[in-house]
Amino acid sequence: MLTKKFFKHPKKVVKYLPMKQIYLDNNATTPLHPEVKKALTQAFDIFGNPSSMHSFGREARKHVEAARESVAKFIGAHSDEIIFVGSGSEANNTVLSLFSCCSTRCGHPLKCSADIVTSKIEHPCILESSKCVADRGVHVRYLNVDKYGKIDVEELTKMLVSGGIGLVSIMTANNEIGTIQDIQALAKMAHENGALFHTDAVQAVGKMPVDVKDLDVDFLTISAHKIYGPKGIGALYVKKGVPFCPLIRGGHQEKGRRAGTENTLGIIGFGKAVEMRAVEMSEEHQRFLELKTILKKGVENTVPDIKFNGHPVDSLASTLNVSFAGSEGEAILLYLDLEGIAVSTGSACASGSLDPSHVILATGVDAEYAHGSIRFSMGRETKKEDIEYVLAKLPAVIQKIRGMSTAYVRGKHGK
Amino acid sequence: MENEWVYTEKLKEHFMHPKNVLSDDDKTSYDGRGIVGNMKCGDQMLMAIKVDKAKGTIADCKWKTYGCASAIASTSILSEMVKGMKLEDAYKVSPKDVVKQLGGLPEHKIHCSVLGDKALRAAINDYYAKSGMSDKIKTEEARIICQCMNVTDHEIENAVLEGARTYLELQEHTKLGTVCGQCKPEAEKLLAEYIKKHFA
Repeated sequence: MLTKKFFKHPKKVVKYLPMKQIYLDNNATTPLHPEVKKALTQAFDIFGNPSSMHSFGREARKHVEAARESVAKFIGAHSDEIIFVGSGSEANNTVLSLFSCCSTRCGHPLKCSADIVTSKIEHPCILESSKCVADRGVHVRYLNVDKYGKIDVEELTKMLVSGGIGLVSIMTANNEIGTIQDIQALAKMAHENGALFHTDAVQAVGKMPVDVKDLDVDFLTISAHKIYGPKGIGALYVKKGVPFCPLIRGGHQEKGRRAGTENTLGIIGFGKAVEMRAVEMSEEHQRFLELKTILKKGVENTVPDIKFNGHPVDSLASTLNVSFAGSEGEAILLYLDLEGIAVSTGSACASGSLDPSHVILATGVDAEYAHGSIRFSMGRETKKEDIEYVLAKLPAVIQKIRGMSTAYVRGKHGK
Repeated sequence: MENEWVYTEKLKEHFMHPKNVLSDDDKTSYDGRGIVGNMKCGDQMLMAIKVDKAKGTIADCKWKTYGCASAIASTSILSEMVKGMKLEDAYKVSPKDVVKQLGGLPEHKIHCSVLGDKALRAAINDYYAKSGMSDKIKTEEARIICQCMNVTDHEIENAVLEGARTYLELQEHTKLGTVCGQCKPEAEKLLAEYIKKHFA
């Protein structure tokens, strides 16, 4: 928020200008779309339980189903195939856990009998639940990626041909480096070998065209807060006829597939968010490409010893990930923050873990570059002036950090 | 911005305006230099000291750090703390003293502050070695705890600083005790000791 301070003195008024604030962390989360805000405000009084049969319940149900229709339409699904869940993480956990469910209650045929294949660059909610699934006896295999973050298709072929694979789960677009996979081809490969296919499309839906029928996937994960909707609401697409087992039980909501009273307000906001995406998404694509080029060229021209991460072409138009040699990411992030610029980093220090980003490491980047990665992710409110402001501030920040760094010798690193 | 910063105000001050950074143009010949840490872990610190030989104190202290905000600020504040300090006292400065001066650090950031004092001791050792006082150097020799996986007490201490709190987490960090398991009692004892040392 802009902070305006006025100090009143009997004779004079001193005005402190608000500090510039530029938000370039839209892959982390986005501000609400004004139309979503409006829809939410109008929906505050819809309090009925959508499961209730009386008029209050029916009113809420009507809104929930309208939103379900919007979400389904946006990704080319049937509304019966959309399950509202609490987050993208919940959707991903649901898919993985259904393959390790050994209960006889849900009647799905998988029952810990098939292996799961995923990649080394998935979101932690896939990687961490994979560990749990493995503890329950499901064999999980991890695909490597090339230097741009693209899945090793040959490796996947080998795994699939070896047999015994029940699920392949690969994200559509990577949250850190923006690399986009050829989901259509990967899903086809999985199906040809008798495996189901899931894609975590949290960073893709609303940023690029995604159609579940075109891609021919069995499960697909979406989240509202990445596309100017509210937090705490996501959706899982489950293709009709595909085996399913709920993660949360004890209610008939979502046709028994996800227990818990529906988050009516969140769902209404989600519905509005995808409606607005349908209107705005295609025209902003070109604008992002142009802004990204300005940012990329600008960084290249003003800061030596850098490396761009991610695929040069098959990448989200709004995401640019760059590593600065000899500079640690958290320090860069916090100096930029002091200039009012919000970005994120894949450095170990920012996450509190021991290692730098698993995504950057999987692309085979040297440690010194891996610790200095910065992600700029633009959003619908990002303007050319914002990018110019970043380019005006960034070189000095990097210079300051490198000036104190034991790990930077100019020119040593090459481009 | 008015919202609270991620770390303490003191840390912020040292991060924004680091004191005693060793400049690339600095032509001073320092009496002792020490460098610890490595690129791979994302933390490396260098300390260079000038010694007042008559008084046996640190006359000046300059540094360089490759690391996060906590690492930069803790090296900066350490360089201020030890100026004028007797060598033997500087030798005893602990990460806890640095953290105290910074007004605290989040638990997962403690490990960012432990390199500064090590670099300082390395610089003092360098001075001792160069000035014929090698007898004063106290080596911190590591002791192997897990014979099978060749894990030392130093590695156990580092694992604690990096977040290990249970025996299982210690194993995840170091692979200790994953073969014969004989070292478990001693490793658990050290685990408790290091948690007490750094976090109590």
